[in-house]
Amino acid sequence: MTSSDQTSKSTELTSVSVRFCGDSGDGMQLTGSHFTDLVAFAGNDFTTAPDFPAEIRAPRGTLFGVSGYQIQFSSNDIHTPGDAVNALVAMNPAGFKSNLQTVEEGGIIIVNEDEFDKGNLKKCGYEEGYNPLDDEVINSTYNICKVPISRLTRESLIKEDEDVSVKDVDRCRNMFALGIIAWLFSSDIEPTIEKITHYFGVVKNKKHIAELNSRAIKAGYFFGETAELFPARYQVAPADHEPGEYRRISGNEALVLGMATAVEKVGKPMFYASYPITPASDVLHGLARLKHFGIRTFQAEDEIAAVVSAIGASFAGHIGVTGTSGPGLALKTEAVGLATMMELPLVVINVQRAGPATGMPTKSEQSDLLQSMFGRSGECPVIVIAASSPGDCFFMAIEAVRLACRAMCPVIFLSEGSLGNAAEPWMIPDIASIPDIEVSHPVSDGEPFMPYQRDEHGNRPWAVPGTAGLEHRIGGLEKEDVTGNVCYDNANHALMTKQRADKIQKLQDIIPELEVHGDSDTLVLGWGSTKGSILAAVAMLEERGVNVATAHLNYINPFPKNLGDVLSKFKRVIIPEINTGQLRMLIRSEFLVDAIGINNCSGRSFYVNELADEIHQVLEGVQS
Amino acid sequence: MSDVSLPEYKAKDFATDQDVRWCPGCGDYAVLTAMKKVCAGLGVRREDLVFVSGIGCAARFPYYMNTYGAHTIHGRAPAFATGIKLANPELTVFVVSGDGDLLSIGGNHTIHALRRNMDINIVLLNNKIYGLTKGQYSPTSEVGKVTKSTPYGSLDAPLNPLAVAVASGCTYIARTVDVDVKNMTALIDRGVKHKGTSFVEVYQDCNVFNHQAWFYASQKDSKHDNTLMLEHGKPMVFGKDKEKGIRRVGDKIEVVELGGDVTQDDLLIHDERNLEHAFLLSQMFSPEFPEPMGVFYCDPDEPTYNDLLHDQVEDVIRKQEGKTLQSLVSGNNTWTVK
Repeated sequence: MTSSDQTSKSTELTSVSVRFCGDSGDGMQLTGSHFTDLVAFAGNDFTTAPDFPAEIRAPRGTLFGVSGYQIQFSSNDIHTPGDAVNALVAMNPAGFKSNLQTVEEGGIIIVNEDEFDKGNLKKCGYEEGYNPLDDEVINSTYNICKVPISRLTRESLIKEDEDVSVKDVDRCRNMFALGIIAWLFSSDIEPTIEKITHYFGVVKNKKHIAELNSRAIKAGYFFGETAELFPARYQVAPADHEPGEYRRISGNEALVLGMATAVEKVGKPMFYASYPITPASDVLHGLARLKHFGIRTFQAEDEIAAVVSAIGASFAGHIGVTGTSGPGLALKTEAVGLATMMELPLVVINVQRAGPATGMPTKSEQSDLLQSMFGRSGECPVIVIAASSPGDCFFMAIEAVRLACRAMCPVIFLSEGSLGNAAEPWMIPDIASIPDIEVSHPVSDGEPFMPYQRDEHGNRPWAVPGTAGLEHRIGGLEKEDVTGNVCYDNANHALMTKQRADKIQKLQDIIPELEVHGDSDTLVLGWGSTKGSILAAVAMLEERGVNVATAHLNYINPFPKNLGDVLSKFKRVIIPEINTGQLRMLIRSEFLVDAIGINNCSGRSFYVNELADEIHQVLEGVQS
Repeated sequence: MSDVSLPEYKAKDFATDQDVRWCPGCGDYAVLTAMKKVCAGLGVRREDLVFVSGIGCAARFPYYMNTYGAHTIHGRAPAFATGIKLANPELTVFVVSGDGDLLSIGGNHTIHALRRNMDINIVLLNNKIYGLTKGQYSPTSEVGKVTKSTPYGSLDAPLNPLAVAVASGCTYIARTVDVDVKNMTALIDRGVKHKGTSFVEVYQDCNVFNHQAWFYASQKDSKHDNTLMLEHGKPMVFGKDKEKGIRRVGDKIEVVELGGDVTQDDLLIHDERNLEHAFLLSQMFSPEFPEPMGVFYCDPDEPTYNDLLHDQVEDVIRKQEGKTLQSLVSGNNTWTVK
């Protein structure tokens, strides 16, 4: 916690990072989400990161069943969920044990001490007779606040004259904990109470559950006030956001809304076919609700059927879209090649996760840049773009549709688990101000139809079944230029290979140039989710008196037109990535630039101080 | 799709300018002939017809039909056709492909297209061999099949396509043999008019790699004893002079000679609305039984996936009328920064 001001009532902080953890059944994601609402309404900037296990309900009390939710909120512009946690809420010993290392020295740890019994301690591997809450080193390193949350929740909610189920009461422990945290950080709990009352009381028609939850959060709040557990209370002032209307948005939500917007802007229906896969399933869930916005969703029998049916829909004149994560993209590989040969629009969303094979489905990684670029048989270029923040997923989704329709070509749209599930405040865009996407379908002029006759941009016409006089056959076999007939001619194959690549390069004319920020002889170049960490790390370096320039790529194939020029202006180029150096490989091979990688392949985003240190080390290494 | 009256089509109007590249004598030619006849008589405009195939000899089919067509990738034709039909249910969509394509690499897509009752028409050209890759055994080849990939005989039991169709909930199941163009035309035509997935198995001769595989069922001298033409509501008789029939004994069936004590009244009556009966028919194989030809099963009452989707979309649109995209994007949990 960085403190900026002392007041008599509460200590003013600029940034706070809080982490909630407990059993996957303890409602930690919900608790974190409610707390996010509170800081959002208070006007703070924030970034969240859920950290949940793949198991849905792992056995209670086990280390592998721990679910966490981290939020950093600030009066400044922030881009990451924070490095070390300032305050941890641990609902059980397993949560405590597996998250202790995330807490800063001197940080606050609120534990539900009722759960630190013999059985639970044993379940997470503590030696018999040892209780970490009594450990002198731990107590001197952290500010441990032992709260009997289970008992207090029951005492607050079970009254003699009321008939309530103990199970329902115990489920409110997370709300009690939320109340304590809300008090500690001077948050107004009213918005959450309103939300709970509406959700349980009106939507679910369970007034008694609404009442229990509201009472639990109040009880926690009042407990914080009266118990004097904490040396001080803290406050984070509102951030200096640009005036406007805001909402909170995750990357997957933004992607869904971006697709709905693309449908309106292109004036054509969308066919979204997908097979459930973490962390992309939320995109299917979101789009499935939007039938009234021109979106038809289809849960296919497998990843291959999903992409192939989307191509079929494109052939029939819809915007064919499929969504998946890395292993699913591997299965779709051949079909992406088919769409490349057929020259039909297709958007393939890849919300990346840590791989290979099944890898770590709930952990994030910039795993598939090279798979997206090259993972197909033959010379098979496709358009590759990437979103750089949760809110950016909205705009890049629209871009994906625009580029696919323009170039009659598959677009692989790279998001990441850490973007899809992370949330941030988002200034709501004015839909009317977003330009239309132009698409045209030919009609017959009486002449024989030539399905591979290209326009001035190198793109073929999108003739749709049902159009008289344009009957034609396309497929995965090589096509003859212009006629589209099956053709094994050597020169023709060379020509078609070139044409398929050229039309993608020509998109450089309609994508934005790369912007460079800062003045230095060192460029930190990123892509995707690392934007937030890079900005924060560079700001941290500035405070240390070290200046570097930054640029961030949203377009990987084609690269922005000026990328080569930009790179040539710097003495050194540093490329941080959440992989072992995939963009670095592309940059080195394309521009012969001896780029230096900073790579983290551990299933999480960069910590800001870690990234700042590594950039610093590179610079010092160069100087020494 | 247009207010101009439907052109009078002839079968030859559906030929393309492409040379047909199947081996001379291939059974696929007969299917192409039948299909052009079907298309000429459907009362559907050429531009509203789409042929989809996977990979294999049979999968070249779309190139030879002057309609819209897509020659896709191995096994995926039912998925591609599904996307077309769901995007534009006005189109009449065919899948024409072989046994390797639809039952081996694409088996998963075939069973899921069948179970959804997507209103598409699947024609399986079953030649019990891989032709385009030059003669390996296929998922419908008999056990012990000696091919290049199985020099000592194949070990795996064949898949039964029509039993799979029955088990998958297909609502129109039929079988024919390539040389019987008249019957094939009628069966495909009825399948196209059927609302729901139609699945027609064609016994098709690969005269290069598996010649004569179906001769017992296709040749004049043998077909009468080895096949049985199904007629709904009629007793199941076969043989050159209709002298034999199928009788039910308990939960089994047997072949009987008519005459003496046995009359047509003793025979099993074909009921194309009876699914269990259809399964029984799918288990009849030569030489123990004649192999049934014709419509095994037809249920015109099951709703199609494409109709259900259409209705669901309309229903949601009605219920959500007036919702704007801007309100969707804004959500209902906003705050204002001044």
